[in-house]
Amino acid sequence: MSSDQNHLKETDTEARFEFKKEQNSSFQAEKGLTEETIRVISEDKDEPEWMLKRRLRALKQFQKMPMPTDWPGQPDLSEVDVNEIVPYIRPDVETRGSVDDWTDLPDEIKDTFDKLGIPEAEKNALSGVGAQYESEVVYQNMQERWQDKGVVFMNMDQAVQEHEDLVKEYFMTKCVPPSDNKFAALHGAIWSGGSFVYVPEDTTVDMPVQAYFRMNSEGMGQFEHTLIIAEEGSEVHYIEGCSAPKYSAFNLHSGGVEVFVGEDAHVQYSTVQNWSKNTYNLNTKRAIVEKNGRMEWISGSMGSKATMLYPATILKGRGASDNHITIAFAGEGQNIDTGAKVYHNAPDTKSTIESKSISKDGGRTNYRGLVHISDGARNSSTAVECDALMFDNESTSDTMPYMEINESTVDVAHEATVGKIGDEDIFYLQSRGLDDDDAKQMIVSGFIEPITEELPIEYAVELNRLVELEMEGSLG
Amino acid sequence: MATLEIKNLHAKVAEDDGETILRGVDLEVKSGEIHALMGPNGSGKSTTSKVIAGHPAYEVTDGEILLHLEDDEFGDDVEIPEDKRTWNLLDLEPNERAALGIFLGFQYPAEIEGVTMTNFLRTALNAKLEEREELFEGDEDEEAEEEESGYETSPMEGPADEGEIGVAEFQQLLKEKMELLDMDEKFAQRYLNAGFSGGEKKQNEVLQAAILEPSIAVLDEIDSGLDIDRLQDVSNGINALRDEQGTGILQITHYQRILEYVEPDHVHIMLDGEIAKSGDASLAEQLEDEGYDWVREEVYGTA
Ligand SMILES: Nc1ncnc2c1ncn2[C@@H]1O[C@H](COP(=O)(O)OP(=O)(O)OP(=O)(O)O)[C@@H](O)[C@H]1O
Ligand SMILES: [Mg+2]
Repeated sequence: MSSDQNHLKETDTEARFEFKKEQNSSFQAEKGLTEETIRVISEDKDEPEWMLKRRLRALKQFQKMPMPTDWPGQPDLSEVDVNEIVPYIRPDVETRGSVDDWTDLPDEIKDTFDKLGIPEAEKNALSGVGAQYESEVVYQNMQERWQDKGVVFMNMDQAVQEHEDLVKEYFMTKCVPPSDNKFAALHGAIWSGGSFVYVPEDTTVDMPVQAYFRMNSEGMGQFEHTLIIAEEGSEVHYIEGCSAPKYSAFNLHSGGVEVFVGEDAHVQYSTVQNWSKNTYNLNTKRAIVEKNGRMEWISGSMGSKATMLYPATILKGRGASDNHITIAFAGEGQNIDTGAKVYHNAPDTKSTIESKSISKDGGRTNYRGLVHISDGARNSSTAVECDALMFDNESTSDTMPYMEINESTVDVAHEATVGKIGDEDIFYLQSRGLDDDDAKQMIVSGFIEPITEELPIEYAVELNRLVELEMEGSLG
Repeated sequence: MATLEIKNLHAKVAEDDGETILRGVDLEVKSGEIHALMGPNGSGKSTTSKVIAGHPAYEVTDGEILLHLEDDEFGDDVEIPEDKRTWNLLDLEPNERAALGIFLGFQYPAEIEGVTMTNFLRTALNAKLEEREELFEGDEDEEAEEEESGYETSPMEGPADEGEIGVAEFQQLLKEKMELLDMDEKFAQRYLNAGFSGGEKKQNEVLQAAILEPSIAVLDEIDSGLDIDRLQDVSNGINALRDEQGTGILQITHYQRILEYVEPDHVHIMLDGEIAKSGDASLAEQLEDEGYDWVREEVYGTA
């Protein structure tokens, strides 16, 4: 056991946990990841045979694949031992399925969500809330008019039952196969919960679809799967927010997101994440975009001990386009390794990537990106901009913007800045009356403004608030 | 009434073996007065202004900067107790100096991306008022107001529930001051100085002074880079500061031109980190005609 891990054990005192709730779950899988565990999970969910088979195949792939260890500057994953994680915990709700009314929720769950502001989100007439408490969606609510339009927004587990054909066709087949990477394989084996969104042809969902979830059980992984299918000419904005409380044993989050953007369709996927400082956040997110479709990824990565997250877009059809906006914050002991991947596989495709990262108190952020332009993707263009802001000389920031250009008639632009927060800038603001902390705060909120202005107001507010708390060092 | 009193100020660059720049500056600026500070490039004018504001790049090795406030300086809302009428600025943080009414108009203002003028100025004004209250109230309930944060409006506008001056009231104030300076309304929503032309930045410094209503404003080359019309607008702004708010002005400049619009009561010439000569407005005219050589000659006996 490394000394780091010892340290984690030492700090294992109840008193430090902010939102921690007593575990009160009706079902808890055996520790350890075996074929038997997978069978139990699948059976408990009453899944069709094909899903069990996919899980088992994914497990085999996971067991065969090596842990990534040799990427330059990557987070140290040597402490990730999935056998230590109880992969599936169901909150003790009376009925077996989800509840769709706030008042039906157990008090302790309500209390936790209260602290995270879910009821406010509800009050603000947001169009639907899918809140994942531990591994299961317990609260789902969708406005009737969506149903009339044929829009589906439900728990992924439920979708396996109710939209079996669609799920069978799209789930971890063409977009993110388990073979993609070790953690995608793990995800394929033990995924649980998440959201299924289906938007029929020519349908616009005019309010954002939101899922808000968090981990709340020690030693537990979170493996939610999100599948979004936007048919031709449709439009939807999906928002995922996560914020995890403090924990002492290490946590693993390994989500999977698959997005299918049909011809002329437009999907925006926004995330504000704040994992507890001992979480390993290792995700696979990918979109496939058909002719003239448009995909937008907006992500704010806060918290976690280590994050590896590179949302990918495959521009498959002519004229398809992509926009990535990412922001990352790393404080003491954190390594936030994020980026973007775009594959231009057709002519006239366009991508823009804008990345902002902040590191402080010895934290490390990496931008790791890949833009691939295939032979024949004529008149494609890409613009990549990554900016890193460091608070002190102890912090690190690296940019690794890889480009593979196999076509000559393309337009490629790339800009990167790495710099320390400017003393003159701080002094300027101080001379106007802001104290040192507020001055830094203001500079940082300005630095990330291009991201926050893209977000719906509550999320922009939350992101700003999280950054504020991070800077004060008041998030544990 | 407020008086800024600089006595025998010595300052060096705050590094090991840092160069000494100020070698005994003496200067006194009172409310309602206009002083011009002139002198050759590199003589220490900007350094003087930054040391007054508390720039961390400089270390004061000798001398004092005092601010004397009379009871009525901040109007009826703030009572200044006897024992808090004289402040040693060198003991204070830059934001505390700002709260006591010191303003520095920069020769090279910083550009802050992503922060709108409205958000910035309202935050600054409220921070200033709050800090001022704390400085005069003492330490009793310093922590009391912490932790009541949260936004109601857009974070781009800043937290709505914080501070004395609300969003609506502030917008009105900003609008008035911008009109006074003949600034386009659209600047209110632009990012602080980002992409502003040289002249626009200078105009913006005066706008900020107008909003923050300082007791003493040090304006470093506010006139450089201004076209003829803007020079007029900016001068009007400075005169309004003096006439309406009674601000004392220390104006650093190289040129006589702005002094025709903003007439100085006193003119000082800085040479090698000291005030070498002081006089009235005619001194500036003489410099315009004859340059600095004669001053050197007078002071050092050689040109
Ligand atoms: N931070 C610093 N580090 C090193 N030298 C400095 C620093 N600040 C000022 N100096 C030096 O001190 C001297 C005075 O500079 P200052 O900017 O005060 O001059 P000034 O009178 O404002 O000149 P100008 O009219 O050109 O604006 C110059 O020689 C300058 O190079
Ligand atoms: Mg200067």
